[in-house]
Amino acid sequence: MAKKPEQPEQAPGHDHWLVRPENIRKMWIWSSVVLGLTVIAEFFTGSAGHFGGPDQWFGFPAIFGFLSCCAMVFGAKVLGMILKRKDDYYDL
Amino acid sequence: MIFESFPPALILLTAALLAVIARPNARAIILLVAPLITLWAIWSLPEGVLLTTRFLGYPIEPLEVTPVRRMFATVFTIMAFAGALFSFRTAKTAELGAAFAYASGAVGVSFAGDLISLFIWWEMMAIFSTIVIWCGGTEASRRAGIRYAMMHILSGVLLKIGIEGVYVHTGSLDIVAMQALNLNIFALQPIDIDIWLLLAGVLINAAAPPFSAWLPDAYPETSPTGAVFLSAFTTKTAVLALILLFPGQQVLIWVGLYMVFYGIIMALLENDARRILAYSIINQVGFMVTAVGIGTELALNGAALHAFAHIIYKALLLMSAGVVMYRTGLRRCTDLGGLFRTMPVTCICGIIGALAISSFPLTSGYTTKTMISVAAEHEHLVFVWYMLAAASAGVFLHAGIKFPWFVFFQKDSGLRPKDAPWNMAAAMIFFAFLCIALGVYPDPLYAMLPNHAVVPVYKPEKLVFYLQLLLFSGLAFFLLLDYMKRTNTITLDLDWFWRVAIFNAGNWVFDQTTRIRGGMEKAFVGWLKSKEETIEDLSERDGFILRATSATGLGALYVMILLTLYVFVYYLE
Repeated sequence: MAKKPEQPEQAPGHDHWLVRPENIRKMWIWSSVVLGLTVIAEFFTGSAGHFGGPDQWFGFPAIFGFLSCCAMVFGAKVLGMILKRKDDYYDL
Repeated sequence: MIFESFPPALILLTAALLAVIARPNARAIILLVAPLITLWAIWSLPEGVLLTTRFLGYPIEPLEVTPVRRMFATVFTIMAFAGALFSFRTAKTAELGAAFAYASGAVGVSFAGDLISLFIWWEMMAIFSTIVIWCGGTEASRRAGIRYAMMHILSGVLLKIGIEGVYVHTGSLDIVAMQALNLNIFALQPIDIDIWLLLAGVLINAAAPPFSAWLPDAYPETSPTGAVFLSAFTTKTAVLALILLFPGQQVLIWVGLYMVFYGIIMALLENDARRILAYSIINQVGFMVTAVGIGTELALNGAALHAFAHIIYKALLLMSAGVVMYRTGLRRCTDLGGLFRTMPVTCICGIIGALAISSFPLTSGYTTKTMISVAAEHEHLVFVWYMLAAASAGVFLHAGIKFPWFVFFQKDSGLRPKDAPWNMAAAMIFFAFLCIALGVYPDPLYAMLPNHAVVPVYKPEKLVFYLQLLLFSGLAFFLLLDYMKRTNTITLDLDWFWRVAIFNAGNWVFDQTTRIRGGMEKAFVGWLKSKEETIEDLSERDGFILRATSATGLGALYVMILLTLYVFVYYLE
């Protein structure tokens, strides 16, 4: 998008390297590589599972971590629909 | 040795008194030196019951030392030191004094060898922690403090009745593991009721359901420094009490798991950065409560270790949030963001705390919390193990990434506050150092434990397991970021029932009785008129109620009863 050339012009040298779009892209790429490596590492270490169930499947922690987080986020979202109130609710 | 039978809590208590009357420079020295002397005192104590005396005719043992008690006392004292370093230049004198008296209560509870000593120190903690909350100085903190005090009075009352019952029915005040809870409510013996009451009193202090809401209600309303002290003591003394009194009570597994997920879900919905951290205290205490419920030696050690590590990283997180609040006056995620530019020290220390709470390898959370999962594994508690794994992922989500992301990164809020003052930075760096040191080299911590019953956590497959679990949770966070946009909202909790429902019900009853009284008055006046007699005529009659005289004492009593009722109803909200 047009953001990339604009920002250095508006604030030359002030834009922190961490928030520059090209660096954010690089961070996504490197993070993906690290994620991949943690899964590949399981080939060498073996599973940490103990119970002989899904916990011993290859890549279980990755999938389990990801899915349980999704469940918690959406669970919270549903609960929020019922329980959220304006933050001055108790002040009134 | 001077300190062989001297209660270390008294050193902190003396420091608290002196700090209030001393000049500012002397106060700083007192607050920083007293914890060091206390630490020395704690480690000079041999193991065993070191002090026995009588209190109101009851035999008490105010000083009993065991490895796990010493471990808790040690971390409470380290906390007092770092808290003092963090706050001595900015906090009110009253807050510092109260915080130290509060810390002394925690050390006192740690070494309390009987239930009466435990109760006394615990009540002292309740009083002084309330003062710390009030030192927030706002109307919100005043109200939150009153609600907090009421909850702890309730806990104290339950505890007191339980203690009296235990003494009456067993003849002993010793702090020992209680017999198994009787879950059949139709066949309760008196002693069962005592134990349930005792457990309820302790669990309220641990912020267990249904009374979890006092914690996220009160802690965020304190001053930037107050929350740092509060995060450490009350819930963790409750964990120690659970370890000593209720090891292996299975019901605690379920209470703990509820707390773990309650903390995560509520924190995910929360906008206030300090309240996010408050919810995550409940989440972390949930891990410890679950461990106590599992009850094996490894699990109990895991609970104690995790409490030790937790006090340090949680205080670190609240220090980081406290600096942000001190510099900007803001707490809401929607107002913050992008602070990493000008607050690198606060940001990095906050991230280290966040990694530690998430049990990231090489941090203290990893070397301690892993013990609890392994304990579940050894006991073949399959469901509990899966839940703990999901919860570990959830911790990274709600505290590990959410807190630093929304406060320090997220968007550019335009705020460019200065970084932490030197003393706050020093306290944060000290605790950040401990978080990493205990993660890299946990042996000194393990050595404090009885029988050194721990398992090695740095196995390659365990490392890979946790790295996958956590990093993919991180992926979920960034992919689902749109679903986690913060709004200016709060989330209702069970305290709604006493803050709104009971309060409104009380008002309704009051309105109805007023109406009924109005109706009766009207009817009475109508009746009088029908008799064609006026009040004046009636009052002429001898002995009629309107001219009868009665003692003023009785009137005063009525007024007092009414006022008490009024105060009670008023304090409900």
